[in-house]
Amino acid sequence: MTQVNFEFDSKIYSGTKGETLAVALLKNGIKTFTDSTYLSRPRGVIGLAAEEPCALVQIDSGSGEPMVPATTVELVEGLAARGLAGIGDLPNVDDDARYDKTNRHVEVLIIGAGIAGLKAAKTALTKKQRVMLIDDSPTPGGYFSQANLEIDPQLLAVLTDPNLLHLQRTTAIGLYDQGYVVAVEKRTDHLAANYDPKVARIRTWHIRAKEIILATGAFQRFLVFANNDRPGIMLSHAAATYVDKYKVAIFKNAVVITVDDQGYRDAIRLHQNGVKVRAIADIRDEAHGPLVEQVKSLGIEIIYSATATNTKADDKGELSQVSIAQVSLSGEVKSFVKDIDCDLLAISGGWTPTVHLATFIGIKPIWQAKQAAFVLAAMPKGISASGAVAGDFGVIENDPAVFFGVLPKDEACEVSFIDLQRDATLRDLKRATGAGLTSIEHIKRYTTIGTAHDQGKTSGTTTIGLLSQLINKPIPEIGTLNFRPPYIPVLFAALAGRDRGELSDPIRTTPIHSWHLQANAPFEDVGQWKRPWYFPKENEDIHQAVKRECLAARNSVAVMDASTLGKISIQGPDAAIFLDRIYTNMFSTLKIDHSRYGLMCGVDGMVIDDGVTTRLAENRFLMTTTTSGAAKVLDWLEEWLQTEWPELKVYCTSVTEQWATVAIVGPNSRALMKRLAPELDVSNESFAFMTNKYAEVAGVPARIARISFSGELAYEINVEAFYGLHIWKSVMQMGKEFDITAYGTETMHVLRAEKGFIIVGQETDGTQTPQDLAMDWIVSKKKDFIGKRSFLRSDTARSGRHQLVGVLSKDKSAFLPEGAYLTAADKSNGISGSNHIGYITSSYDSATLDRVFSLALVADGQNRIGQSAIVPLGENLIEVEITEPIFYDKENSRRDG
Amino acid sequence: MLSINCPWCGARDETEFHYGSQAHIAYPDKPDELSDQQWAEYIFYRDNPKGWLQERWVHSAGCRRWFNVWRNTLTHQFGDSYQPFTTAPARPQ
Repeated sequence: MTQVNFEFDSKIYSGTKGETLAVALLKNGIKTFTDSTYLSRPRGVIGLAAEEPCALVQIDSGSGEPMVPATTVELVEGLAARGLAGIGDLPNVDDDARYDKTNRHVEVLIIGAGIAGLKAAKTALTKKQRVMLIDDSPTPGGYFSQANLEIDPQLLAVLTDPNLLHLQRTTAIGLYDQGYVVAVEKRTDHLAANYDPKVARIRTWHIRAKEIILATGAFQRFLVFANNDRPGIMLSHAAATYVDKYKVAIFKNAVVITVDDQGYRDAIRLHQNGVKVRAIADIRDEAHGPLVEQVKSLGIEIIYSATATNTKADDKGELSQVSIAQVSLSGEVKSFVKDIDCDLLAISGGWTPTVHLATFIGIKPIWQAKQAAFVLAAMPKGISASGAVAGDFGVIENDPAVFFGVLPKDEACEVSFIDLQRDATLRDLKRATGAGLTSIEHIKRYTTIGTAHDQGKTSGTTTIGLLSQLINKPIPEIGTLNFRPPYIPVLFAALAGRDRGELSDPIRTTPIHSWHLQANAPFEDVGQWKRPWYFPKENEDIHQAVKRECLAARNSVAVMDASTLGKISIQGPDAAIFLDRIYTNMFSTLKIDHSRYGLMCGVDGMVIDDGVTTRLAENRFLMTTTTSGAAKVLDWLEEWLQTEWPELKVYCTSVTEQWATVAIVGPNSRALMKRLAPELDVSNESFAFMTNKYAEVAGVPARIARISFSGELAYEINVEAFYGLHIWKSVMQMGKEFDITAYGTETMHVLRAEKGFIIVGQETDGTQTPQDLAMDWIVSKKKDFIGKRSFLRSDTARSGRHQLVGVLSKDKSAFLPEGAYLTAADKSNGISGSNHIGYITSSYDSATLDRVFSLALVADGQNRIGQSAIVPLGENLIEVEITEPIFYDKENSRRDG
Repeated sequence: MLSINCPWCGARDETEFHYGSQAHIAYPDKPDELSDQQWAEYIFYRDNPKGWLQERWVHSAGCRRWFNVWRNTLTHQFGDSYQPFTTAPARPQ
């Protein structure tokens, strides 16, 4: 037994390594651990393990942890903790511990390593099955271990069977369908600093089992009476175990109140360890058997038909006296018996089987009046229960009375606690029933009983029992509470494992990423892609940088890394037919080496993606998609090919990462292209808009496309990804004489918006047809395609739909944030919800236009062009004009240079 | 976490799959000839039984293939999964 030093509430104490913090504090004479959450009443420890409703502490040593029951913290050298009044603090230190996850498939998973669990393991192992046995305490044995009873050595021997995976300190936190269990294993907290830091502090087990055996045992429950929350009042099994197993020697005089034989068993354990048991108050009107006889032979007074009705405290607020009275099973106080001075009140309120995991998947526990317990009876295939949780209580079969507490009519209700963590009392329960509530689930929410960290492990059945008496309804008709995972509070870090920080989500970068990093570009996340947002020079802010980049694209030449655009290779003899069905416009008529912009709709006729598709050969197309939509579009194509048109001979392959794309944009792009590819005829006559040519560019083979997302003359150079950085650097080098300017996504957005080009997901929200976006021209009338029929639906064809328009504020510097509302109001009639007509989708400050401008979706927008509207921004009413959604070069005069 | 049986790959965790709603809702042969009501039924109307339902799933993070499967919406039990355009197994009991 190693002695260690630990800190509690800033004082240093000594204790035995491996014992719980609760044991150590009691041994140091500390009975009051903290104050209660809402009423600030002194509170100590009630229970023995995870059922503890009171003794919450905050751990300040190691990784730190808020809100842990002191009954589940193992003592190590240097442990620092403090009592917590219900609400914890997130530790403000970096947690450098490791957390890990692992998977396991087994034939049999047994939860709980008490006697029932060990027996189940033994049976399963004789069938040569892969068996896993998990238990939340540091040692196996369950009740037997706590009560110092000897376990059959043959039973313990199963723990060394090579087919058994046996884990202690491992709590099943969730049980789900199809044999799926999640468990968390505490691996290092009990080792203090003496462990390999590479070992994970907590390992989360994802277990899939063919058969699950719940051997989760039972917790003792509390009784309700006035002032039943004082330090010194405990569950009798916890009190006896502290005194007997852990040799806590601070209690002198005890009173036991009981509904069953367990109180006698625990009274004997207290007595044998030098605690004077002044009386046992048994709510039953008689009791027999060897335990009763033994108690009598020890000279302990037994008072039948009686229980505690009130307590008194000393000047520290700790228990000093118990009032015993004759009380009926329905909680009615008949006559006062006596007051007894004591410093320990041990309560045996009956056993509550730990049915939580079963209720997670909808299993309804059954009320057994004879055992005064909800037990697991009818179980679905693949899951069974064994031991106390199944109503087989073994050595703790105790002949209990069905009794939950005293029901006084006076203000004693206000201090008769049901849920000690929530400070919820009998008065709260009476108020709930008084308000007409009868469902246990409603009462849980109204009173908050059972909603704390412990989910009412000691108070749930008590609440049901008291409710049964208050509304005069049998317990089985009230039913049990639905518990929810996790069974105990779990750290997010444990669930995340190593999927945190940089590993929380994959990061995708282009072949040119290293250059962007050197240029100090801030990045914008687009899906998983890191895209350069803008390229600041010296002390430029985003506005200055974007203005400079935009002017370079409009006046000389600018360059953008467009490699992230989704690229899907579509091949096969039916590829053209397939694209005709997918896109609203025709692709079978597209000539080889030509490109066409296409719009995709869902079956409901709403735009889902857009992009340019190029016919590389008769049966080979290259589709581009939005950067963030690539995976969804590929899924969409596969869905139609596999589930509707299996007769089409078409294959789709993602080639996004196989190609790097560098777009050079602006009036000087032709001259730059000429320098980059001297062999290429770049004249407009030979190399027209929306056509493709192959040439060597800076010495590497490339496909060059005349595609523009800015309205300017532009070329997209596509090379194998391997050459991406080379091409980019070559472009920057040869572009120097034109003062070439790199630009990012922000400038791209400004340039496209000036031309009124939409971005799917920004100008659309899943409720826009091509017609709503003023793109009727792209909807073919000659063929069927996905969504076409929907354009004729009454709701799709009606007037008044939200349509794409431009918005110019009358004050050219009055910026309209994206998402701002447009209203049809003028300044005289005020703003109200009824004259809301739409909202801003894109807004930019344009260097080219020398003003701010916006795109918007506005009801009946196309008919409102030329009209005024008001955009309310807080107190300010901004006057705006609704315009066509194009602000620059309406004639497309710049496209061909 | 459901365990779903892909007819190509075998049983895998639910996180590898995407759900594709009710199975056997074919794209209409002649959409133009349907009334608005009939077209709306194709797009929007799906059965919502308490019990067994034939569903489409796709093994997105695996073989990327679509398949159909019986699933009990009440108990989350799965019946046999089967490839598209093959005969559906009988409704599980």
